[in-house]
Amino acid sequence: MASAANETELRRQHRREQLSILSLVIPALVVVGLIILIPLSWLFYLSFLGDDGGFSLENYLKMTQYKSYYRIFITTFQVSILTTMICIALGYPLAFFLAQLPPRWAGVFMLAVLLPFWTSLLVRTYAWLVLLQRKGIINEFAMDMGFWEKPLKLVHNMTGTLIGMAHIMLPFLILPLYNAMRKIDRDMMHAAANLGANPVRAFWAVYFPLSLPGMVAGSLIVFVLCLGFYVTPAVLGGGRVIMVSNQITAILENQFDWGAASALGVVLLVATVLCLFLAARFFKLDAALFGRD
Amino acid sequence: MKASTLSDAALPIAIRDLTKRYGPVYALNAVDLDVHSGEFLTLLGPSGSGKTTLLMAIAGFNRPDSGSIKFGAEEVILKPPHKRDVGMVFQSYALFPQMSVADNIGFPLKLRGVGAPERAARVEEALETVQLGGFGARGIDQLSGGQRQRVALARAFVFGPRILLMDEPLSALDKKLRERMQIELKHLHRKLGVTTVYVTHDQREALTMSDRIAVINDGQLVQLDAPEVIYNAPANAFVADFIGESTMLPLTRGASGLMYRDQKIAETRDGESWSLVVRPERLFFAAQDAQSDDNTIVLRGTLRETVFQGESEMALVALDNGIELAFRFGTGATTNSTGGGLGEQVAVGLNRKDVIIIPGETT
Repeated sequence: MASAANETELRRQHRREQLSILSLVIPALVVVGLIILIPLSWLFYLSFLGDDGGFSLENYLKMTQYKSYYRIFITTFQVSILTTMICIALGYPLAFFLAQLPPRWAGVFMLAVLLPFWTSLLVRTYAWLVLLQRKGIINEFAMDMGFWEKPLKLVHNMTGTLIGMAHIMLPFLILPLYNAMRKIDRDMMHAAANLGANPVRAFWAVYFPLSLPGMVAGSLIVFVLCLGFYVTPAVLGGGRVIMVSNQITAILENQFDWGAASALGVVLLVATVLCLFLAARFFKLDAALFGRD
Repeated sequence: MKASTLSDAALPIAIRDLTKRYGPVYALNAVDLDVHSGEFLTLLGPSGSGKTTLLMAIAGFNRPDSGSIKFGAEEVILKPPHKRDVGMVFQSYALFPQMSVADNIGFPLKLRGVGAPERAARVEEALETVQLGGFGARGIDQLSGGQRQRVALARAFVFGPRILLMDEPLSALDKKLRERMQIELKHLHRKLGVTTVYVTHDQREALTMSDRIAVINDGQLVQLDAPEVIYNAPANAFVADFIGESTMLPLTRGASGLMYRDQKIAETRDGESWSLVVRPERLFFAAQDAQSDDNTIVLRGTLRETVFQGESEMALVALDNGIELAFRFGTGATTNSTGGGLGEQVAVGLNRKDVIIIPGETT
C-alpha cells in the first residue's frame, strides 16, 4: 500500500501513548468500583427490600409516617446551614486578612488555621467537650471574671454542636476562599479607588464579586460535609441534636433494621446530590470548584 | 464635588522634595518635578528606578515619607486615592471582569452620581473616542488585548479628570499594535488636552510621545527636557547611554582643549573629566586618506562586523585603543563605503556640529 511516509507507525505510536496515559486511571477506577459503587448499589438494594424479602417501598413510607424523621431532616439542614453561615462569618474576614499579608506571613498564619486540621477529629471534638462543659474552662473562667453567674449550657445541645462543627469545618471554607482572594489583582482595588470608590464601595463593587466563586466553593464543601456529619453532633449534641447519620446509627444499634437505615442513607445521598446540582445551576459550580475562568 | 468636564482646564502638578524609602533604599530621593498644565510628560527609567513609585505617589496608592504633591494650588498628598479625581490606565488594565464594557466605563460616572441616561450617552461617546463604538454590551473576556487597552483608556478619561496617569499601558501589546497605539494616545492627548504623566522604560516610546521626558534613575530626577534635548544634549553618561544608542569616548584635557587622543574635540570646560558621545547614525564612511579638519573629525579603526537590520546596517569598528564604535548607515547608502571588507582599516567621519560632550568618565 502506498501510504504516506511512516503514517501507520506514527499513528500507532500516538495511540499507544494515549493508552498508557489512560492506564493511569485504572487503580482509581478499581477503588471507586469496589468501595463506592458496589456498597452503594447494595445500599439501594437493601432500602427497597421489604420484611417479606420482596421489593417494597415500606422503608420509605415509614419515613413519611413518623414525624421524628421529618424533624431529623430539618435538624440536619438547620445544623448544616448554620454551620456554613458561621464559617462564612468567621472565615471571610480571616481569609481577607490572610490575603492582604505578604505571602510569607500568610503562610505562618495559614499554618495556624491548618494545624487543628491535622489533629484527629475525635481529639478536637472531645477537647471542645472539656472546654465547654458545666465545670469546663470557659464556664469557670467566665464566672471568675463575673461575665455570668451560673454556668451556661454550652454543650450537649445545639450550641455545642455548632461550635464544634464550625471549628472543624472552618479550614474547608478558608482554603478555597483564600485561594480565590490571592488571585485578585492588587490593581483591581487600586483601579476602583482611582475611579472614585471609597474603600467600602470598592470592596462591595469589586472585591466581593471576585471573591464570590471561592466563597461559594468553600461554602458548598462545608455544607455537604455537614449533611453527613456524625462524630461532633454525637459527642457535643448529647443526644439532643440528632442528624441523619446519628439516626442511621441508632436504627442499626437498636433495631438492627438494615432496610430502614439504608433508605435513610439513600434519601440523604439524593438530597446532597440535589443540593450540589442546584448550586451548580445557580453558581456555575465548575468555575468555583476548579478555578476555571 | 466639582463638576469636571472635558472642557475644563487641565491642572499642573507640582512635586516638591518627595521622598520614599523602602528600608535603606531610597525609591524616591527628594524629587522635585513640575508637570505643566496640559503637557504629556513621560517618566523614563530602568526598572527599579523609582518611576512607578512616583506615579503611584501621584495617584495616591503609596504613602511617601515626606514631601509635597500639588494639583494646581491644592495639596493632595494627604488625600486618599478615591478623592484625587485623576484618571489612570494600569499596566494590567485592571478592568473588572464581572462587569460589561459599558459598566466598567460607567463605573466612575455612577460613583459621581451621573444618572443612567446621561451615563449611557457618555459611555458611548467615550467608546466612540477610542473607536469601540457599540462594544458596550460585551464582556471583558470577549475583548482582545488591544481592545481591553482602549476600554481601560476610555474608563480613565470618561469622567473628565484633569490629570491622566498611565503606567506602561502599552507594554502588553505586540510591537505593531504598540506603535499604532502610541500615535493614537498622542492624538487623544491632543484632543482631551489633559495633563498626562506616562511611565515607560521604553526610550523609543518616550521619544515618540512626550512633550517632555523626565529621566529617572536611583530615585532621582536625572534630566527633564524635551525629547530632542534629551537625545542631543544628554546631561550625563547615564542619560546618553539609556536613551538611543551611543558609544562613549574618554576625553583628556590638552593644551588647546578637550582632546580625544591627539585630536582636539572641543574647547576646555570646567570639570574633572569629559566624554564624547557618538550616536551611530551620525557617523559616515570617510575617504581612506581623509584627515580631521574644522568641520569633520576622522576616526580610524578596523571593521569588525556588519549586520543587516532591514532599514539600515550596523557596523562595528574597533578603534586602535580597543573601543568598539557602533556605526549605522542606510542600506542604500553603502556606495560611499570605502570598500573595506571585514578586518580592513576604515576611516569614519563625524561632523563637528554633531559632537556631544558629557561630564564624567565613561564606563
